[in-house]
Amino acid sequence: MSREEQAVARARKAFDTGRSKSLEHRIRQLRNLQRLLSERQKEISEAIKKDLNKSEVVIQLYETLGLEEEINLAIRKLKEWAAPRPVEKNLLTISDTVYIKPEPLGVVLIIGAWNYPWAVTIQPLIGAIAAGNAAVVKPSEVCVHTAKVMEELLPAYIDKELYPVVSGGVSETQELLRQRFDHIFYTGNSVVGKVIMEAAAKHLTPVTLELGGKSPCYIDKNCDISIACRRVAWGKYTNCGQTCIAPDYILCEPSIQDQVIEEITKSIKEFYTENPQTCPDYGRIINQRHFKRIMAMLDDSLVAVGGDSDESDCYIAPTVLRDVKPEAKVMQEEIFGPLLPILPVSGLDEAIKLINKGEKPLALYVFTPDDKMIKRIEDETSSGGLMANDCLVHYSVSSLPFGGVGNSGMGCYHGKFSFDQLSHLRGCLIKKLNKEGMNNMRYPPHTSKKLGWARFFILKSIDLGWIGRMALLAILVGVAAVVLQNYLK
Amino acid sequence: MEWQAVQQAREVFLSGRTRALEFRLQQLQALQRMITERETDICIALKQDINRSQYDTPLLELIGIENEIKLALEKLTEWAAPRPVEKNLLTMSDEVYIQKQPLGLVLIIGTWNYPWAVTLQPLVGAIAAGNGAVIKPSELSEHSSLLLRALLPRYLDKDLYPVVLGGVSKTQELLKQRFDHIFYTGSSSVGKLVMEAAAHQLTPVTLELGGKSPCYIDKNCDIRVACRRVTWGKFVNCGQTCIAPDYILCEPCIQGRVVECIRQTILEFYGADPKSSPDYGRIINQHHFNRVMDLMEGYAPVVGGQSDASQCYIAPTVLKDVPPHSRLMQEEIFGPLLPIMTVSDMDDAIHFINEREKPLALYIFCSDKKATKRMIEETTSGGVTVNDVMMHYTLSSLPFGGVGQSGMGNYHGKHTFDRLSHQRACLVRSLGMESVNLVRYPPQDRHRARRVRMVLKSSLIDLSKRTFIWAVSVSIIAFGLFITLLVILLIASGLNCTCWYWRGFYN
Repeated sequence: MSREEQAVARARKAFDTGRSKSLEHRIRQLRNLQRLLSERQKEISEAIKKDLNKSEVVIQLYETLGLEEEINLAIRKLKEWAAPRPVEKNLLTISDTVYIKPEPLGVVLIIGAWNYPWAVTIQPLIGAIAAGNAAVVKPSEVCVHTAKVMEELLPAYIDKELYPVVSGGVSETQELLRQRFDHIFYTGNSVVGKVIMEAAAKHLTPVTLELGGKSPCYIDKNCDISIACRRVAWGKYTNCGQTCIAPDYILCEPSIQDQVIEEITKSIKEFYTENPQTCPDYGRIINQRHFKRIMAMLDDSLVAVGGDSDESDCYIAPTVLRDVKPEAKVMQEEIFGPLLPILPVSGLDEAIKLINKGEKPLALYVFTPDDKMIKRIEDETSSGGLMANDCLVHYSVSSLPFGGVGNSGMGCYHGKFSFDQLSHLRGCLIKKLNKEGMNNMRYPPHTSKKLGWARFFILKSIDLGWIGRMALLAILVGVAAVVLQNYLK
Repeated sequence: MEWQAVQQAREVFLSGRTRALEFRLQQLQALQRMITERETDICIALKQDINRSQYDTPLLELIGIENEIKLALEKLTEWAAPRPVEKNLLTMSDEVYIQKQPLGLVLIIGTWNYPWAVTLQPLVGAIAAGNGAVIKPSELSEHSSLLLRALLPRYLDKDLYPVVLGGVSKTQELLKQRFDHIFYTGSSSVGKLVMEAAAHQLTPVTLELGGKSPCYIDKNCDIRVACRRVTWGKFVNCGQTCIAPDYILCEPCIQGRVVECIRQTILEFYGADPKSSPDYGRIINQHHFNRVMDLMEGYAPVVGGQSDASQCYIAPTVLKDVPPHSRLMQEEIFGPLLPIMTVSDMDDAIHFINEREKPLALYIFCSDKKATKRMIEETTSGGVTVNDVMMHYTLSSLPFGGVGQSGMGNYHGKHTFDRLSHQRACLVRSLGMESVNLVRYPPQDRHRARRVRMVLKSSLIDLSKRTFIWAVSVSIIAFGLFITLLVILLIASGLNCTCWYWRGFYN
């Protein structure tokens, strides 16, 4: 038996004992996870710094803070989320008990990515634990140091049989995918996403795929361009552009292109000084392969700002490209790097057309003070999420479902959505063995009279809420009448 | 030619025709008219396909579809409206909501046992959600498929909802086209192929599959009523229902009674000769007839067992003391054979059920609430009905779908609408208040980070209208109660009030 097979078998055995189901267990595990994040902040930060050159403060901000919030939310709301959810009844079921019961699925496989290794690997884990599942965690091998730290730390804090960490590369992942899971949660790119779904199909395993795409960013000429560009620059160059919801490219009218470039340049200087390579807040490209991939995109476009690089350091300066055409190399795939192409368009119409020509992106950004324009973009385009007048922030609101559509993914998570995504929502109807007479209309031998009754009972809708309110009012009126009558005697 | 129809449907969808709610309501009303005006034609088609009685068709299929359409018509505005969500301190002054968007083009692959229900119910949701849809009904229910292809374009938009007929190869070709969601009802083996094909295009799927739905009868319940309900559920549509009780689990001491009650009920429903009853159906075709007859081989039935290959007729049949390793217990029966397997008690039954694949439905007949609760807790299944069979299907507020091998995703009522929509997270800010954002920009230091931390850590506040109204009304009621309490205390402490309201009080 391979190492992967063993880990999965152990997790399934542990799940079958039923110990992951009790709310106390789930809350305990979540609290342990919380302790891990607060007690081991230093080791986590050191590892990420080695992998991605992120400063400790930035790591807290973008990775662990979000996780702490999710854990707090889950602990606070778990009882509510896991409780049976009563639903509306009809005339036929008026005296029955009807509810939706959230249940754990079983063993979940979580495949993480390397750009925000803790955030994208542990957030699904929080949902998996909260929903009562076991989970096999496969961190990305590309962020070498973080994967190692995760492998050491997780078993030290949470149940090591229920939530094993399996590290490794492509072949280990393929071996894992041969095993049977009850849900697979993958964060990464569309190409591998297809492979994962194909593997899942063999076992009829449902999947959640958090993929990517080219997230467009439309800047209206009538908006406050300085603020807009500041926000875009922040969204783009954080983590050196290696964010799945980073604004991939800008669409704006030619008349404001120069101003946009100027403002972005100002922001870059403000954030990362004149020499970003020496600035502790500016990240690096994860590895040589990606470095080469991104540099190759510069070939056929005009560099307006930046463009310099240092291969030995995997450093690429914050770069802006101007007058980029849709056929350019940089527009063919998700950049996932600090290159910000600007495509001039004649107006909103052309922008919408261009956006709709491409695959549905994970995020769509629009900067404009005009509500009507926002509404138009909302109605005439589609994307995982839509954000007006800022970047990335929608990720941090846990009451919003975070996920893609089309090529940018399927399923969603964050907050209660993680819980629901990794649960089975089982419909339950509890009847009694009396009132068998009512059932006669469905039994053979059939007559048209019986059918008439059936039709009546099924199709007649009763707004039980309204009736309840009317009944209550009638009772109150009755009581008031009695009381008044007594006092007025 | 069909590919042109698919292409055309996509182009018309992209033109935005389905966006307006009026359009969707219009289409749903047209579908409703189709069902009511053409009921007779539909019943005739089903009688030819599967010998379904003219009463069973409306009862089992058409009324359900009508109900779904009615619900969608009533609730569409509510379902399609943007849903505001809880905000936190960071997003206090922003608009935060979920927008419901159509996915695009949905492929609906139907099956032959309830050909109208399993194609039109998803179609109702697809239309309501603003999608276009390609409908591929099963070639095995030939007359229904032909009728569907004839009727649908006469009532609905001719471009957006094409019907494509054909067999396996046609379905395979369809699956090579690109869709935005594939809704498949059928068997698990084909379900895997559908999902594999969908994976190539990253198309999300809903798979309504099947399995062996267990039916546990507790020895202490009203066995006569239980058996009556089970008999109905099992033999309706000649056992060819995805949520039919597949087999019975009960203790040996009641097995005899169970058999007797079922025998009596069969007599009551279908008479002494079910073959001549207009209410008893047939097996869909020879292939399935042979398949079901093979399952019985080697076992002597205690009720029924007769068959007539020329009519694809198999009598309502009950088999007892069936061993767990028999062929009958290996695959979904999908026919009028009802095996009874004995178990020593409820724990044994739970153990038996959990050893097998997760079923589409679980049925429990038991008067003990605690025991029922335990059985539900310790097993899993797509859905559960206690003390009856199949009825959870009829309540559109319950999500209907499988888990594990019995399927993924769910539908009915609002669940169909949600399943075939994209829930798009929307956050609308203004370009003002940039000072709040300053803390997040580099250069980063600990002080700034701490401030951001504080803001991000604020709990979610529900600032929706409903909460506001609730808060105000509760405050008023609380205030009212407080005043009442004060008044009562004042009176009790003997205050002599000359106000005329209290005059009667002292008399």
